[in-house]
Order: sequence, then C-alpha cells, then structure tokens
Amino acid sequence: MARQKRSSSARITVPPARPPKLTLAPAPLWHRAAEWTLRVLAVSAIVAIVLILVFIAKEAAPIFYSAAVRAEVTLSKMWVPQLWPGYDESASIWQPVSEIPKFGIWPLILGTLKITFVAMLFSIPLGVGAALYVAEYARPRTREILKPSVELLAGIPSVVLGFFALMVMATWFQDWFHLESRLNALVSGVALSFAVIPVIFTLSEEALRAVPRSYVEASTALGAARWQTTLRVVLPAASPGIAAGVALGLGRAVGETMIVLMASGNAAIVSASLVDSARTISATIAAELAEVVFGGAHYTVLFFLGTLLFLTTFCINSLGDWAIRRMKRRLGATS
Amino acid sequence: MTANGVPKPEEQAKLVVRNLTVFYGEKKAVGPVAMDIVGQHVTALIGPSGCGKSTFLRSLNRMNELIPGCRIEGDVRLDGDPIYGQGIDPVAVRRRIGMVFQRSNPFPKSIAENVAYGLRIGGVNDAREIAMRVERALTQAALWEEVKDRLNDSALGLSGGQQQRLCIARALAVEPEVLLMDEPASALDPIATAHIEELINELSEHYTVVIVTHNMQQAARVADYTAFFYLGELVEFDRTDVLFTKPNDSRTEDYITGRFG
Amino acid sequence: MSATGAGAVVRPDREAQARLAARRTRRNFVGDGAMAIASGAALLIVLAVLAIILVDILHNGLPRLSWAFLTQEPREGMTAGGIFPAIVGMVQMVILMTLAGVPVGVATAIYLHEYSSPVSPVTRAIRIAVANLAGVPSIVFGLFGLGFFIQFLGAGIDKVFFHGQKVYGQPALIWAALTMAVLTLPVVIVATEEALRAVPRELREASLALGATKWQTVMHVVVPQAAPGILTGTILAVSRGAGEVAPILFTGAAYFLPQLPTHLSSQFMSPSYHVYVLSTQSPDVDATKPILYATVLVLLVLTFTLNMAAVVVRARMRRRQGVPA
Repeated sequence: MARQKRSSSARITVPPARPPKLTLAPAPLWHRAAEWTLRVLAVSAIVAIVLILVFIAKEAAPIFYSAAVRAEVTLSKMWVPQLWPGYDESASIWQPVSEIPKFGIWPLILGTLKITFVAMLFSIPLGVGAALYVAEYARPRTREILKPSVELLAGIPSVVLGFFALMVMATWFQDWFHLESRLNALVSGVALSFAVIPVIFTLSEEALRAVPRSYVEASTALGAARWQTTLRVVLPAASPGIAAGVALGLGRAVGETMIVLMASGNAAIVSASLVDSARTISATIAAELAEVVFGGAHYTVLFFLGTLLFLTTFCINSLGDWAIRRMKRRLGATS
Repeated sequence: MTANGVPKPEEQAKLVVRNLTVFYGEKKAVGPVAMDIVGQHVTALIGPSGCGKSTFLRSLNRMNELIPGCRIEGDVRLDGDPIYGQGIDPVAVRRRIGMVFQRSNPFPKSIAENVAYGLRIGGVNDAREIAMRVERALTQAALWEEVKDRLNDSALGLSGGQQQRLCIARALAVEPEVLLMDEPASALDPIATAHIEELINELSEHYTVVIVTHNMQQAARVADYTAFFYLGELVEFDRTDVLFTKPNDSRTEDYITGRFG
Repeated sequence: MSATGAGAVVRPDREAQARLAARRTRRNFVGDGAMAIASGAALLIVLAVLAIILVDILHNGLPRLSWAFLTQEPREGMTAGGIFPAIVGMVQMVILMTLAGVPVGVATAIYLHEYSSPVSPVTRAIRIAVANLAGVPSIVFGLFGLGFFIQFLGAGIDKVFFHGQKVYGQPALIWAALTMAVLTLPVVIVATEEALRAVPRELREASLALGATKWQTVMHVVVPQAAPGILTGTILAVSRGAGEVAPILFTGAAYFLPQLPTHLSSQFMSPSYHVYVLSTQSPDVDATKPILYATVLVLLVLTFTLNMAAVVVRARMRRRQGVPA
C-alpha cells in the first residue's frame, strides 16, 4: 500500500496572491432589488383572486343596501316564487326586461343543472373510458399519438364548439330526434361535454398510469384476469385522480359560457324536459350585461349571479384540488 | 478525537476544524469532529456508506446550508479566518473553498463557458483574461490538449471522465485554495479513475485537497492523511501509512481488513 | 400446509377444479374483450367527434379562405370581403396581454420554486390562488374586467387625466388585454414551474459551489435551462387569448369598427368575437355563412398551430433533458 511518489508537474502553477479576507460581502444591491421584485410579483395571483371577488361583490352589494335596487328586487324575490299580476299561481320567472321586471332565478339554476347534467352524463364515461384505453391497452408508440390527439379537443376554443353546435349539431339532432326546439339543453349539453372530456381524460389518464406496477403484478400473480385487475385494483387506485378530473370538469361545465350562450336557446323556463330550450347563469350574464343600465337593479342582479358563480366554481375546484393533493400524498411513497 | 499524527514543521494546518457537529433537524448526522487539515497535501475521508463523511465534507464549504433543517455547530477556520459566524458570507467562502461532485454536473453550455462561469459571476469581464484563465485551468486539469480545438462545443458531448476533469477545471478556474472532492471517480471507469488520481497527485503540490472516497485502495494511493468515519463519528485520523498499517482503534482495523463494508 | 384438525387431508377435486378453470377462462376471455372494446369505443367516439368537427369546418371554410380574405376588410354587411381588422385587433390584444402577463407569471413561478419555502403560509396562499384562478369561469373574468378595470381604474384615470371625459372608463383594448393577462396567468405559472422543476439539482449545486449567489444561479443557469418551458407557457397563453370570447365581450371587443385600433383606449375586432356575433346576430344567416366558416377555420388553424408548437417545444425540452446522465 505504498504511496506513489508525487510527480512534480510544471503544469500546476502557484495560485496568485491571497484574496481578501472572508467577510460579509453583501450581494450586489441590484441582486437584492431583483429578488424583492420577484417576491412582490409573486403575490400577484393572490391579489388577482382577491380583487376579482371584491370587485364583483362590490357591484352586487347594492342588492343588500340600496333602496332603489331593493324596490325592484330583493334576495327573497329571487329565490321564492312570487305571484305576479296576470298569473294564476306563483312562479319563479326570469324576465328582467319587461314592464314589471321579474328576477326569479330558479329557471336559471334549473337550466344550469340540466345542461351540466347532460354534459357530465356524456363526458364521464367517454373521458374515463378513453383514458382507460390509452393508459392500459395502447402501446407506448400509439399512446404518443393518441394522447395529443384527444388533447387536441381541448385546443378548440369554446366559441368554435358553440358555433358547431349551433350550425351543425342542432340541425342533426332536430332531424334525428324530431325535436321541437332546435336549440335546447340536450344539444348544448352534448357540445359542452366535448369541452369537458379533455379535462377528465388528461387527469384520469395520468392517474391510471401512476398506479404502481407492483399492484398489477401482485394481482396477476394471484391469478386474476386482466379485466379483474383493472376493475378491482387499477381503477380504485386511480379513483382519487379520476375524481379530481371529474370535479375539475364539473367546474368547467358550470362556468362555461359561450357554448351554452350559442346553443341552448336561451329560454329561461322552468321545465324538466331535456329537449326544451334552457338558459344557464353564465349565459344570462353574457347575454344581458350589454343592455343594462349601470348601477340599476338588473345590473346588480347580474353581478350577484356572477358572484354566485364564482363562489360555486371556487368550491368545486377547491374540492378537486384537495382530491388531487390527496392522490399525490397517497402515492407519495412511489413517485 | 484529535489528530494522532503531529504535522511536520513544514506542514501547516490549512483548515482547522474544532467541535464541528451537523444536525438534520433534531438528529445528529456527524460530529463532534476535530481535525487539522494540512495545507498542500491530500486528506482522504473514508468509511462505510452513511457514516457522515460526505456530510462533513459539505460543511467545509457551507453547502450543507442548502438542505432545509440543517444546523451546524462548531468552528471551521481557513488560515485562521472562521468560515461560519455572523457576518460571514457563504458565497465568499465558496470562492476560496471549491468543490467537485460525485457525478459530473457540467452546465449545458460550451466547454469554455463552463470553465469561465465562475469567473464571470465573480465579476471578471476582460475577454483576454478569461481566455487565459480558462486555458490555465484546463491545462491544470489535464484536459487542455484534448479540448483546445473544440472549446465552443457543448460540454455534454465529452466522455464521463472528460466531464469530470472539466468540472475540476471549472472549480480550479476560480483559483480556490482548497479543493473538496466528493467521490470524484466513483462514476468513472478504471482508466479515467487513474487519470483523476494522477491529477489529484499533481494538484496537491499547490492546492489543499480533501477527498471523500469509499475505495480504501484509492485513499492509500492518493492521500497523505486519512480520516476514518463511522456512524457519524470521526474514529481515527492519521497519516495514511500509519492508519493503514498500525491503526489505533479496533473499528478502524475492522474496516480496513474488510470485516465490514 | 398442515392437515385439518381431524387428521384427514382434504384431497383436491381435480375435475371440479378443471371445470371451474374452464368457466373462468371463458369468462375472463369475455371480460377482457368487453373491457377493451368498451374503452376502445369511448376513445373512438371522442376521436370521431374531433374528426367530424374538423372535417366540417375545413370543408365549409376552405373554399372561402384566401389571402384576400385575410387582408381585406369586411364589406356589405359581412357578406363579402375579409377579416383583416379582426386579425389586427387580435394580434394587438395578444401582444399587450403577453407583455403584461408573462413576466408576472414567470416571476411568480421563479419565486414559488426557487425562493419560497414550501411550508410557509404565503407559498400555500399563492398556490391556492393560482389553482382557483385557473378555475374561474371566463364570464366572471369579463365581469371583473368591467367592475375593476373599466369602472374603477378606467373611471379613475378619466377623472384624473381627462377631466371626467370618458376615455378609459369604457371598453378598451388595454382593459381587454389586462383581463386576458389575468386569465392566462395560471397557464404561464404552471408551465414555467414545470420547466424549473425539470432543471437538475446538480446544476444548481455546481453553480453555488463555484461561489455564485442564488440570484446569479437562477438567472444564469436555471432560467436559461427552463427557457423552452417558459416558451411553452407563453404559446399556450397566446392560444387561450386568441380563442376566449367571454372576457372580451364587455371589455373591448366590437363587431364592426370603421378603422383599426390606434390607441390603448380604442376598441378592437377579433375573429373569436366575430364568430360569436355572426353566428347569433347575423341578419342573413345564409349570406354570411361562408365568411363565418372561413373565420372559424382561421381561428381553428391558429389555435391548433399554437398548441402543436407548444407540444413540440415541450417534447424537445424533455428529450434534451434526457441527455446528461
């Protein structure tokens, strides 16, 4: 274990004179300034969300305190069916532009629920099913083509989907199903599902592929068939991620504006039928805000609806994010 | 434990470590360590994996602070100047104590830009000075002849051994006084390893080198002094030939004779 | 396996086992097939829908598409001419949006990933805010643009600089652009953070070990390495900006303007808004149909190209990172 003699090398030159002593040399001033700028800019997201809530609620607040607004509409007048002159029974009617403005919001809520329901009815099986195929059955090379292809659907602007529903789908549906209204909840709900499917697909596919191989191997080694492993092991393991995708998709469906604005017929009626014209909260805001008097009752109510929409999607999305975080934590050991 | 071997008169302690302890949260990772690292010689840190030698090495250039929850107690002095303490800038410390890592980590830039990086951020702007120092650093790292015609090519195109020598050149360009090396050859093939060991030999003429290695034979080949760490403690520190032939502690002897890895 | 308590070993019934096995094999065969077919069918339906939409728009829009269409103004009540002013308006709006939004988004991502501590309440608040910003309905952004930018900032600017004259307190290019910038902020932040996360830790360590400050490390090593990801985020933001209508409905878009926008306070035309209005409020649907389809085609080609460019940039970035060991 003798050490070799150190070879003297002309290559190694002596380091130059000693550098200054070790002291606190504060970073150049502009480094600090730059870092502080980063900090300030980073808070912008919080500022944005807060500003959104504040300024929408601010325009909606008069419904609580303004006498002029409250003369026309109050919270109870919106939620409780009223007996309007000329009608036999009390009803919730949305008719803000008329001699006697009516602000019953149940038609809008119902419309939103109907169209969202149709959208989720189609998008969940299609989104999860497609994700299942791409994650479980497709070969890696094929997957590289299939996944971006489905995600191409996400790249279609919603106004184009609305256009397609209005121009093409509505006619087809009317011809095939002999519907009365050309534009209705069904057409707009189906078109809406096209926008929601990519959301559910992307998150579900990711969740399915994140299921550890060890689970699958254990199940197969016990003699389970492929479909049993998928049904009993893979899908349950991926369910938090799939649920997150569904929650996010739901939030998207509730908040989507253009598709329903263009394809739902915009009739604010209370009806259980899916093939009647309908109207959502978001479409109402979009359609009517252009015509209102600033500060009037109608204006205030529309902003109130906007606040409602914001809070609803806030809750749905928070739920979805919580589910995603739980999924990541559960699989945390493996990833 | 203090140093067993008394340094010869012409061998002065470059880095003096006293009572150095590293904590991760509440857990003590290594220490307390007391060690005199002799200038312009090679000191090797050996021991089984997880014994704390890398943690100790990284506390010599304040790289441990990057890990959240890490706390250092004790004292390290470079030529008498403390490197820990209120008012000491870690950036300045790292300019005088350089480091080469286990897996080479060149920047995705050209060979010349990699070596020049430390100079540029240190404020050197003169193109001629940069070129001269880059050439000197690459020469010292025994890489100049191989890359002098392709200085503008991407550093990622070099072989593993060449990349590691590039990282050494990059560290040398800043002209540190001490070079810390964390298992510099463990990811390399035997021929590249031999090149690196030869380089360490030559560098120790003028630089103080502290090298962590899991390969005892490498320590024996390369180092003047060796420290044996075990389970977070400095067990023994002595001249290499003494440690390997007449170790004081039974744990050292067990490790050296291969009774445990 | 130990014997039962009574001492008798249970002899396996081979015949029954074989029958059970055969039945299970058949069931599995059917089960496997059914699952594959069902999920494959779902995928097929989704792709078919995509194909139908694309084919329909291509088929009806292509005949009308031409260089003249892109460079001329609309004429004769939107039944002839082109959509040049709409393209100009959209480009202007998107440029403003990018200038306002991308630096803020990149700065936020850099702060989140490089500087903030993951457990600090500020970090968590920022992340919650970003996640929720991504989920806010686009019409709510439109309301925000109206309530904050126009009614508050715009009216305030008018009072201070224009003596109460209505210049900025009404729909304007700048307000639409800023509204869009807020809407696309999460896209930029998420893409940038993904890119920052992909930069290997060893590179940061190498830079710090050479005596660089954190800022120098971030600016000279991390951000250049993450540049393709930042580009991806910008491209995706631009794609959203070009396609969204609801936020610009009340903040600056107009159906027909006699001249191109010249000031930040001008209104502007946009192909996406154009499609909406032409579809729902056109006086003569059949006459405007060709223009409508061609506009939709332009919009589609634009967003698809942008999205595909983003995918390519992201793929190349991922491949490039696979090179160093």
